[in-house]
Amino acid sequence: MEKFGYAQSQKYDTYASRLMPREEFFTSGHRSCQGCGEALAVRWVCKAIGKDAIIAHATGCMEIVSSGLPQTAWMHPWIHVAFENTAAVASGIDAALKILARKGKLAGAPPKVVAMGGDGGTSDIGLQALSGAMERGHNFTYICWDNEAYMNTGIQRSSSTPFGAMTTTSPPGKESIGQSTWKKDMVAIAVAHNIPYVATACPSYPFDLYFKVKKAIEMPGPAYIHVLSVCPTGWRSATDLSVRLGRLAVETAVFPLYEVEHGRYHLTVEAPRLRPVKDYLKPQGRFRHLREPELDFIQRMIRARYELLLEKCRQPYGEFATVPFTPEPEQEVA
Amino acid sequence: MSKPLEQTTWQEVELGGLLREPGSARAYRTGDWRSQHPVWTKSRCIRCGVCWTVCPEPAIIEEPGGYFDMDPNYCKGCGICAKECVTGCISMVPEEE
Amino acid sequence: MAKAKTKPARFHREGMEVSIAVSHAVQLARAEAIAAYPITPQTHIVEHLSSLVADGQLEAEFINVESEHSAMSACIGMSAAGARTYTATSSQGLALMFEILFIAGAMRFPIVMTVANRALSGPLSIWNDHSDIMAARDIGWLQVFVKNGQEAFDHTVMAFKIAETPSVLLPMIVNLDGFILSHVVEALEMPDQELVDQFLPPYSPRHVLNPKAPVTMGAFAMPEIYTEVKMKHQVTLTNAAGRIQEVWDEWGQLTGRQYYPVERHLTEGAEILLLTMGTLTEVAEIAVEEMREAGLPVGLISLRQWRPFPFAALRAAVGDAKLLIVCDRALSPGGAAPPVLAEVRSAFYTQAQRPDIIGYIIGLGGRDVPPEAFKDIVAKAREEVTTGPTQEFHLYGVRG
Ligand SMILES: Cc1ncc(C[n+]2csc(CCOP(=O)(O)OP(=O)(O)O)c2C)c(N)n1
Ligand code: SF4
Ligand code: SF4
Ligand code: SF4
Ligand SMILES: [Mg+2]
Repeated sequence: MEKFGYAQSQKYDTYASRLMPREEFFTSGHRSCQGCGEALAVRWVCKAIGKDAIIAHATGCMEIVSSGLPQTAWMHPWIHVAFENTAAVASGIDAALKILARKGKLAGAPPKVVAMGGDGGTSDIGLQALSGAMERGHNFTYICWDNEAYMNTGIQRSSSTPFGAMTTTSPPGKESIGQSTWKKDMVAIAVAHNIPYVATACPSYPFDLYFKVKKAIEMPGPAYIHVLSVCPTGWRSATDLSVRLGRLAVETAVFPLYEVEHGRYHLTVEAPRLRPVKDYLKPQGRFRHLREPELDFIQRMIRARYELLLEKCRQPYGEFATVPFTPEPEQEVA
Repeated sequence: MSKPLEQTTWQEVELGGLLREPGSARAYRTGDWRSQHPVWTKSRCIRCGVCWTVCPEPAIIEEPGGYFDMDPNYCKGCGICAKECVTGCISMVPEEE
Repeated sequence: MAKAKTKPARFHREGMEVSIAVSHAVQLARAEAIAAYPITPQTHIVEHLSSLVADGQLEAEFINVESEHSAMSACIGMSAAGARTYTATSSQGLALMFEILFIAGAMRFPIVMTVANRALSGPLSIWNDHSDIMAARDIGWLQVFVKNGQEAFDHTVMAFKIAETPSVLLPMIVNLDGFILSHVVEALEMPDQELVDQFLPPYSPRHVLNPKAPVTMGAFAMPEIYTEVKMKHQVTLTNAAGRIQEVWDEWGQLTGRQYYPVERHLTEGAEILLLTMGTLTEVAEIAVEEMREAGLPVGLISLRQWRPFPFAALRAAVGDAKLLIVCDRALSPGGAAPPVLAEVRSAFYTQAQRPDIIGYIIGLGGRDVPPEAFKDIVAKAREEVTTGPTQEFHLYGVRG
């Protein structure tokens, strides 16, 4: 049963892999650690966005492992500027494409614009730039690689680090249980911008991720996808568990897979019965120090938050409605 | 910049450090990093392609006949493919010195 | 405007606020993409540009970004995608951009930016000095200063042409003094669109983000190559001086207004020289003329081009003057000298024959500098030369 779990939790059958595009846009030779879930996520997101796209990437693991002079692992036109400004760089690209298209300086349809950054570059230092870009309604897709800490600089906590996790700046000790705050809900923040498409995804469910990215890319206006990316180095987990752990995160409701389309919530991968959260926490060294009371608290919180999410999914109306603005033709007054 | 970095002069540096060859990282062989590698038992393989799907490098290539194998140039030996193989037909074998 | 059958005049004279003139320069240069965030005293420039875009008089995309950090970041995106890009800022805004300024320079994007110079906080001051730009002198951009509205207009148009030159491809800042210049009304000569189009062809970028020919921009450098990348930038920036003069000459031919990196006023036979930048130059001109009439051998040189620093032109302009008084508009707290003085001193250090060089910091945080101040400074400096230097530099007019 365990062995076939992979196929079971998919909407597609085991052979779906055969139907996926073979072309690679994030190439081998990149220098991620062994078993890097973030690299796997990049690989699938890049396949989904297809050839005709421009990528702006934030400083972070996926930038560092892929773009040291004189080599690049990217097949797309790709730009890295800094850590906290990727959404702003993408807004500039979007604006330029718009004016160049209007002036007839672009051959063919404008390419898609995609911004990518880690959880630190997204939910901490880059939050303002992202909020601005979403609010302004740029036509772009933002992908957050959430490995739940600042991995590139050596596993420091971020606002996306889960409660209880050990990082180098949230170490457990006599006076500390590790990260003492609950993970920031970036998805809710994105939804609050009333953008047409927001989703969570995980490369352990590559097809779910693939089709969400495709949807996001095609949707006019801003889209946000939050990708849980297992990091064996930072999570202190075995390198071969990177796909398994992502699945456990979903099956325990630690990281439910859903989308919010025009304000309407929809669970895309349903777990018939939730697994205990411990199943997910145990294989990870970063939670090793937690005792029963903390584990119990985490279990209760996860459960409560999941109920809340299910509640949102049941709502007959979306959290907001997007109505296109069509000005009335001016009436002649007789 | 096709020369090794430590021989490249400032005159040869591209404008703003630009890189013109997409995917040039392929020249870097991450295969040297591994201490174990996957071995396929083809008789049990159902050729589903799941192993190919889950490799982060990617370092799994399809052979004629629809079976899969690792690309020794890039496989880092993480073991994900072996863990995720739906029939359990991949085993990880230590690298020989 | 009357419709003439013959070819219309290539210029017309018009009185307008200098900020508006700058935005017209951006319009005539057909900037395609603008990202800006408001800050006093830059606001009138971007407000007017917004309305030009809103009225369809400038075919461009204008992003009202949520910060200057994002303004410069968006400008990089715009330029990387191939659009002619412009922004403007001041003081705190420039400081917030700081991190990204270096990257725009190093990645070689020909963005043009107006900096309406203003003091940096704290304490908060919206008034003019050069502490904002002097803190950003090493960003790897081309930089010039202007002294009046006409120059502000001219240099904005020319900046696009210089920056976009394939052998240059560097961003460029036109510094103009906040309020003192940005908010005054001046009569200036505006060329028509046809002339500017002739002078400034559409931007044809050397490399863009384009799926048909994918490139990677912004790769990181290991120690083996960082120095070479920096050297390339340094050499390109230094060599850009030739191209700057070429473009200025071409503009001079078209308009009759000729610009140089270091400009002279009554330097013939002058034994004492004042050195100024920006609007102080026009005030100092009055003072120098009056001192000359009073029989003092005083002349004035003004530094128009700040980056690349015009070493040769400066030495030539100073000639065999005996005393050079450098007027800075910024302080380098705890440093050897204020920024301009430090660079001028080092320009002469290697010279066998060099003038005495004395530095005065004036006009901080909007403090008024009347012509009398320059006369006073000259008098004090002359005395100091005879008695020997009293201190590294002087903060002119400070009480206590
Ligand atoms: C302004 C600024 N502050 C700090 C850093 C250092 N820094 C680079 S990457 C990084 C963390 C990246 O974390 P995240 O965004 O989560 O990406 P990850 O590496 O985990 O994929 C930090 C702190 C920086 N480059 N720039
Ligand atoms: S630290 Fe984590 S996210 Fe970064 S490359 Fe290594 S495994 Fe991937
Ligand atoms: S061991 Fe890891 S790197 Fe090697 S082929 Fe399998 S999944 Fe790919
Ligand atoms: S996952 Fe296993 S069964 Fe499927 S193709 Fe790969 S080796 Fe064969
Ligand atoms: Mg991270």
